[in-house]
Amino acid sequence: MNAQKDIAEPSYLEYKGKYKGIFAWIFSTDHKRIALLYLFSILTFFGIGATLGLLMKIELIAPGKTIMDAQSYNAFFTLHGIIMIFAVVIPGLPAVFGNFLLPIMIGAKDVAFPRINLLSWYLYVTGVTLVVISQFAGQGPPDTGWTFYAPYSFRTTGTMLPAVFGAFVLGFSSILTGLNFLVTIHRMRAPGMTWLKMPLFPWTLYATGWVQLLATPIIGITLLMIVAERTLHIGFFDPTLGGDPLLYQHLFWTYSHPAVYIMILPAMGAISEIITAFSHKTIFGYKFMVASVLAIAFVGYFVWGHHMFTSGMSGTALYTFSLLTFIVAIPSAIKVFNWISTMHQGSIDLQTPFYWAMAFIFVFMIGGFSGLILGSLAANVHLHNTHFVVAHFHFIVFGGTGFAFFGAMHYWFPKITGRMYDKTWANIGLVIFFIGFITLYGPMFYLGFKGMPRRYFDYDEIFHAGNIVSSMGSLVLYSGLAIIIINLFASLKTGAKANSNPWGGKTLEWTIPSPPPVENFEEIPVITHGPYHYQ
Amino acid sequence: MNMAADTHRDDLASKTGMWLFLFTEMLLFGGLFVVYTVYRYRNPEAFHLAAKELSVFIGTLNTIILLTSSATIAMSITAIQKNNKKLALVLAGITILLGLAFLVNKYFEWGEHIREQIYPGSSVLALRGQGDVLFYGLYFFMTGLHALHIIIGLVFIGIVTGKITRNKITFDNYVLLENSGLYWHLVDMIWIFLFPLFYLIT
Repeated sequence: MNAQKDIAEPSYLEYKGKYKGIFAWIFSTDHKRIALLYLFSILTFFGIGATLGLLMKIELIAPGKTIMDAQSYNAFFTLHGIIMIFAVVIPGLPAVFGNFLLPIMIGAKDVAFPRINLLSWYLYVTGVTLVVISQFAGQGPPDTGWTFYAPYSFRTTGTMLPAVFGAFVLGFSSILTGLNFLVTIHRMRAPGMTWLKMPLFPWTLYATGWVQLLATPIIGITLLMIVAERTLHIGFFDPTLGGDPLLYQHLFWTYSHPAVYIMILPAMGAISEIITAFSHKTIFGYKFMVASVLAIAFVGYFVWGHHMFTSGMSGTALYTFSLLTFIVAIPSAIKVFNWISTMHQGSIDLQTPFYWAMAFIFVFMIGGFSGLILGSLAANVHLHNTHFVVAHFHFIVFGGTGFAFFGAMHYWFPKITGRMYDKTWANIGLVIFFIGFITLYGPMFYLGFKGMPRRYFDYDEIFHAGNIVSSMGSLVLYSGLAIIIINLFASLKTGAKANSNPWGGKTLEWTIPSPPPVENFEEIPVITHGPYHYQ
Repeated sequence: MNMAADTHRDDLASKTGMWLFLFTEMLLFGGLFVVYTVYRYRNPEAFHLAAKELSVFIGTLNTIILLTSSATIAMSITAIQKNNKKLALVLAGITILLGLAFLVNKYFEWGEHIREQIYPGSSVLALRGQGDVLFYGLYFFMTGLHALHIIIGLVFIGIVTGKITRNKITFDNYVLLENSGLYWHLVDMIWIFLFPLFYLIT
């Protein structure tokens, strides 16, 4: 299928609108160009966040001060957290691949509100800029961690206001993206695409949209309360004025736990697409996949208390949150089961995106099981605030969302750019990245279990061996990352031209040329069968 | 630059989008209602006494003003549906005036408190105890955030009024007016909750 040869309409990359140069991008309301704006901004901030992480690991290579003092370390993990959570993994898959592919996968020409889509990117950039300003203005960078826990967040002399308000603006950007996707999916599916004929990636974006919409305002108001607390001394969370810091934690995690599902649900969607495409087989248990996505989004609202098991709650609350935490793992397990079953008796094509999906399942399962350990009350008391927690959420957030992000990048790269990347280097990069990842975060489970607390620049001599391994892993991981990114960028120029369907995928994006034309479809397709129509 | 963006029009989608946005606004205030509930539960006596000091008269007056303004913006939508541009403009104008009247009342009400040295961070207020600090902190923060929403709503209705004048909003294309009406009703509805919580439950 070399359909692009016959089509006169220019691709979205070549299209000339009324603006020139960079303005053709930053004033564009085309969902595909906005997706790339997000991609390049997110990759930039990911690079900054990863470099901060690397420097922290170098600091931890030996006890005592290695390359930075305690205060710099506090500032580093704070900025690392804010950037990685609010500016990388939360917008990551929805804003990049969701923006690019959602309209195409449901047979639409754009999202429902293209201008609001562009506005959300501007809000994103504004939010990150505010966070960056907080590093250089005032009396020093924020040092509270990305959680801005009260009462420290309004007592520290660090420059909190721009950082907190920046996170608020980033939340607003996230709300607008979610809102846009929800309306798009409700109103703009191609004729014949009933709900249960919709591919799974749009389904996960749908569930994510609801979480973005219904959870983000809670952190919005909480962050505004912190702003008010610092400027007006209202006393919402200040014990000396009658406020309750624990209430802050409740409000914060009411958003920030569902936010974990904003990160992981689209990742699961992308993995579902990759696995079915490379197994050349219909996804196993499509309806269960849809139901489990919705179940995760729903139950995910009611588990926030498991971040606060040691903060002080009633016994009933503890049991309830622990039970719900175990329940939310069930739909995730269903998804893993269905992915494996999809491969069973499929004709598997071993390509880079498929390897990424395999790596995803592996690290996601370790992350998930360690989450169950943390979700059990007795173990949590021992492991709370140790490196075990750090290992757990990096396995989920970096291992889950990050691996899915790179998997999606290698899966849809030919569609987005019209070129194929060098597969050998892509695979080498993946292997190095994977080895680095396990070496970096694996020992943290052990260190945490032995009692090494998180968020200290220093540690006892007994933790030295594990930290050396972990820090070495960070260097390997960073090299793997560099190979992957350089390979993709080099392929933009040198890669072979990709045809419209290099992997034999069945969803709608593979029926249009690579790169897609400005209007996506010459004629809106009529859908007559399910999304994964393999024989 | 995208042609689809300019030619595609779907009023139901725009209204759905507005409704979804209103959900987020409700949750934004929802977080504050939770905080209010917790602190009222912990300081029943102080909240009881502090609430008595607010002027029920101004509160009631402002409630009537906002309810009336909700009626006028709804009538303005009906007027444009019936292609009565002049009436729609008059009614939207009355809505803006009522919104401004609300803010003027609020200004005098706040002014009175501040003259009595009752505002967040004031030492006079701190001397009255933690319950009063929290009550007035919440009062200023919640009514302040609500007033900010009134201002946003007024700007929104102002822009829409301009569009009616320039025939950008007409009897067959009035979703923007409808959406600004929806937003205004939400602002009204939040006040319907704030009013009893601060003025009536004593």
